[in-house]
Amino acid sequence: MTDKIYGINGPIVTVKDAANLRMGEMVYVGDARLVGEVIRLSSRLTTIEVYEETSGLKPGEPVESTGAPLSIELGPGILSSIFDGIERPLSEIEKSAGFYIPRIAVVKNLDETVKRPATVLVKKGDRVFPGTVIAEVPETDAIVHKVMVPPDMEGVITWAAPDGDYTIREKLAVLQLPDGTEKDLTMVQRWPIRVPRPVNRRYPAAQPLLTGQRIFDTLFPIAKGGTAAIPGGFGTGKTMSQHQIAKWSDADIILYIGCGERGNEMTDVLTEFAKLVDPRTEKPLLARTVLIANTSNMPVAAREASIYTGVTLAEYYRDMGYHVAIMADSTSRWAEALRELSGRLEEMPAEEGFPAYLASRLSAFYERAGMVSNLNGTEGSVTIIGAVSPQGGDFSEPVTQNTKRFVRCFWGLDKALAYARHYPAVNWLTSYSEYMDDLAPWYQTNVGRDFLGNRARMIAILTQEASLNEIVKLIGADVLPDDQKLTLEIARVIRLGFLQQNAFHPQDTCVPMAKQAAMLSLICELYDTCRSLITMGMPMSVLKESDIFERIIAIKYDVDNDDTEAFAKYRAEIQAFYDDVLQRNG
Amino acid sequence: MAIDYLGLTSVSGSLLVLEGVENAAYDEIVELRVDGRERKLGRIIEIYEDKAVIQVFESPDNISLNNTHVRLSGRPLSLALSPDILGRTFDGLGRPIDNLGPVVSNIRRDVNGLPLNPVSREYPRNYINTGISAIDGLTTLIRGQKLPIFSGNGLPHDRLAAQIVRQASITGADADSFGIVFAAMGVKHDVADYFMRTFEESGVGDHVTTFLNLANDPVVERVVTPRVALTAAEYLAFECHMHILVILTDMTSFAEALREISSAKGEIPSRKGYPGYLYSELASLYERAGTVAGVEGSVTQIPILTMPNDDITHPIPDLTGYITEGQIVLDRQLHGQGIYPPINVLPSLSRLMKDGIGEGYTRADHQDVANQLFASYARVGDARALASVIGEDELSPIDQTYLAFGRAFESTFVGQGADENRSIEETLDLGWELLRMLPRTELDRVNTKVLDQYYPREPEEETAAEGEDA
Repeated sequence: MTDKIYGINGPIVTVKDAANLRMGEMVYVGDARLVGEVIRLSSRLTTIEVYEETSGLKPGEPVESTGAPLSIELGPGILSSIFDGIERPLSEIEKSAGFYIPRIAVVKNLDETVKRPATVLVKKGDRVFPGTVIAEVPETDAIVHKVMVPPDMEGVITWAAPDGDYTIREKLAVLQLPDGTEKDLTMVQRWPIRVPRPVNRRYPAAQPLLTGQRIFDTLFPIAKGGTAAIPGGFGTGKTMSQHQIAKWSDADIILYIGCGERGNEMTDVLTEFAKLVDPRTEKPLLARTVLIANTSNMPVAAREASIYTGVTLAEYYRDMGYHVAIMADSTSRWAEALRELSGRLEEMPAEEGFPAYLASRLSAFYERAGMVSNLNGTEGSVTIIGAVSPQGGDFSEPVTQNTKRFVRCFWGLDKALAYARHYPAVNWLTSYSEYMDDLAPWYQTNVGRDFLGNRARMIAILTQEASLNEIVKLIGADVLPDDQKLTLEIARVIRLGFLQQNAFHPQDTCVPMAKQAAMLSLICELYDTCRSLITMGMPMSVLKESDIFERIIAIKYDVDNDDTEAFAKYRAEIQAFYDDVLQRNG
Repeated sequence: MAIDYLGLTSVSGSLLVLEGVENAAYDEIVELRVDGRERKLGRIIEIYEDKAVIQVFESPDNISLNNTHVRLSGRPLSLALSPDILGRTFDGLGRPIDNLGPVVSNIRRDVNGLPLNPVSREYPRNYINTGISAIDGLTTLIRGQKLPIFSGNGLPHDRLAAQIVRQASITGADADSFGIVFAAMGVKHDVADYFMRTFEESGVGDHVTTFLNLANDPVVERVVTPRVALTAAEYLAFECHMHILVILTDMTSFAEALREISSAKGEIPSRKGYPGYLYSELASLYERAGTVAGVEGSVTQIPILTMPNDDITHPIPDLTGYITEGQIVLDRQLHGQGIYPPINVLPSLSRLMKDGIGEGYTRADHQDVANQLFASYARVGDARALASVIGEDELSPIDQTYLAFGRAFESTFVGQGADENRSIEETLDLGWELLRMLPRTELDRVNTKVLDQYYPREPEEETAAEGEDA
């Protein structure tokens, strides 16, 4: 049955006396069949949020109900693609409409024509449960797609297709449900984007998501299945940090959500990821990446949905047993979309015009992350790293504050560091990771017994530097005692040689954990050596005559990532420096 | 055909309510005739069954509830386009005001434009030489970029923009296909005049399309002016294959106009009274810059905005900075010292710079020089802060060197003449000259190899600088 449009105000369309429409239901609005979602019901008026530009819509045009909540299609063909906020492939839109995205774009979510080789894993008579893998389909060079029984079905297989090439619409098996009805299983299933896909149970954090970025891996690590926020004013490098993590982290699949951000950035990801080779699989990074682009000039309602579309896709691959990392850039734009829609609905605003349900929406989103045991017994994770763009770089605004409550990793970007071109501009004093305790056993066994101790010393030196800098600001560095001068010097080595990382340098862009640990331990050794010299009464000015500090700082460029032997050479240099100072001044 | 509706239900500011309309569409343009003579344009901004809320672009003066005829146009606001629009001047809604008659063309485009598909975009890489060291060297402008100038009242942003237009237009092999779209929103007559004169003097007058909404023109029109201008720019760029530089001034007036209209509509305000959709509105303008793969032509934007009270955290510069690909920040203190252009390089940034410079574009050492200049100039700030507490004489020798470096950097690198056009080599060599004031050990952002090549002074001067160890 169809209803008629009553009112239009931006993306909000109202319908009169439509008692048959349900909350959250997907509807087609107008003659042009724009996709919309029912968001409010009253006895008189039903309110619909439209995901496309409503320009030209007229009252009296039909509204068609679908009876189902806003859902997306899940199946092979998702990887390497770029979608808009409601899973419409942008490359297909380009083919049909040229370089502008038209008002109305009717395209299939997934390619229905291509035949993919499927290995069917079930046979007639098999009992299958939610999540059981019924077939395997190589999706890209890097990832095998596992076709699963949808989470809400189980029963007995009454027919199974032989191995061979199939399109996503051809049936692979027939499932008899407990009530006797039969269902065709294809490569595709649908799932409503606002409902988390079910799991067996959640595991506590135990493995880090290694990113190859020293400030993250060593200082503020994030666990697989964890959540992190990167807040920062404009120009502080949020997007750059997310790109770096997307490129180099050891997740199996990367889901990049460009939510209300720049079009050129998405183009950059698209072209660069197609070129870059994943060091682990030796395949292009794009083979394990899904992009969702809802740039800032695309419809605002679809921007609100894009976050959920992304996390649903991530959960789907998690169910196959993969580790998925979501980069959401930026959650502030999503919150602003909420605010804009809320304003059009004339809801009572809370802080800064944001709706009062901002916090609960944020928590619901971040809680979809986790390291879990899937329904089919495999293990997978969804890690969420959300960029936050606080207005005026002021972290006290509602989106940053509410996000902080629901994430356990906070990587605060600092304008002063960015102005000095210290990248990544993560402020080591305000950032934190609550995962360090959970991950300590992993670091103990996989990195080294002294790693955690060295890390703690590094943080201590940096903290001391911050308080010494207060004094230096007032009276200058020259009057400090030598041991404090040493602290400042070592802190400088840490800042320049360790924390600063050059994303455009072929070696420095991604550094394995072993090299990070070796660098850290070398800096600690340098500190100890200098300390013992200073206790013997050597002034800092003598120590500074040597170029050892600059040599250690340059390790990040001079030593290749897999060249672990080079560190012995540097150890010898520190020893020689020690002997030399003693000899000349002893 | 179109029906005329006589009479209105209510008028409140620039918002009119008309009841009993049939077949009206959301966002449609309507034509109003007051007393059968005066013509005004309006747009349907809300619609409920047969009741339409119309926003008038012009002043609502003279409108009464029973003297106004409303006619539906059946389409959203659109602009007639042809290559002949170059050299013409229009008002804020795209109607000619230069007495040269209407634009004759059957090409009409919706001024709202459509989002460029990220798949079809080409990542901007071609750098534009502006001849200004602080921009070319440190915040390089790239074709297809949107790079705003954050300024304040009384600062020479107009002069800077005019200089960019003059110098960017002269260089480049395809100078013929270069054009300018100039959109003035709420600017004073003499500012508009200044730009028009500059365009004439630099010989690009017949390559400029101008859209003027001056300070005393209707506010509602101001919200549409940049859209109209960008529609013209997109047409010239992607259909006539020209390289278009769009100057939008002043974005602050645009945002003020949005606020005024939003509050008239009774919308819920967010920060500082601006509507919650200020970000989306600004984005829908700025995102219209770009280049398209396989299509010759580009739209580069230089929006100018005056920061209220020089506050960079004010919503307008703040939201702009989140959308644009960097910013050029002007500084009142540098201006006070007589330095032109008073660009404060530390908060200035060009995000696309990294991919448009270096070997094959400018020079291999460009990124290193830029990084080092930024880092060293940031150190100057620390030294100055310390000097202001303990006095310059008490500073350590290295801090004193930094102070000298800072002064030289500001006066010779940032500072230059309003018609001085420096080549990129001159700019980079100047950068090295300044860096040589610092001991080599202080240059920690430069690759050792690059340092070996450029740091040593010219052979006839004293050989090999201090701290040589490579």
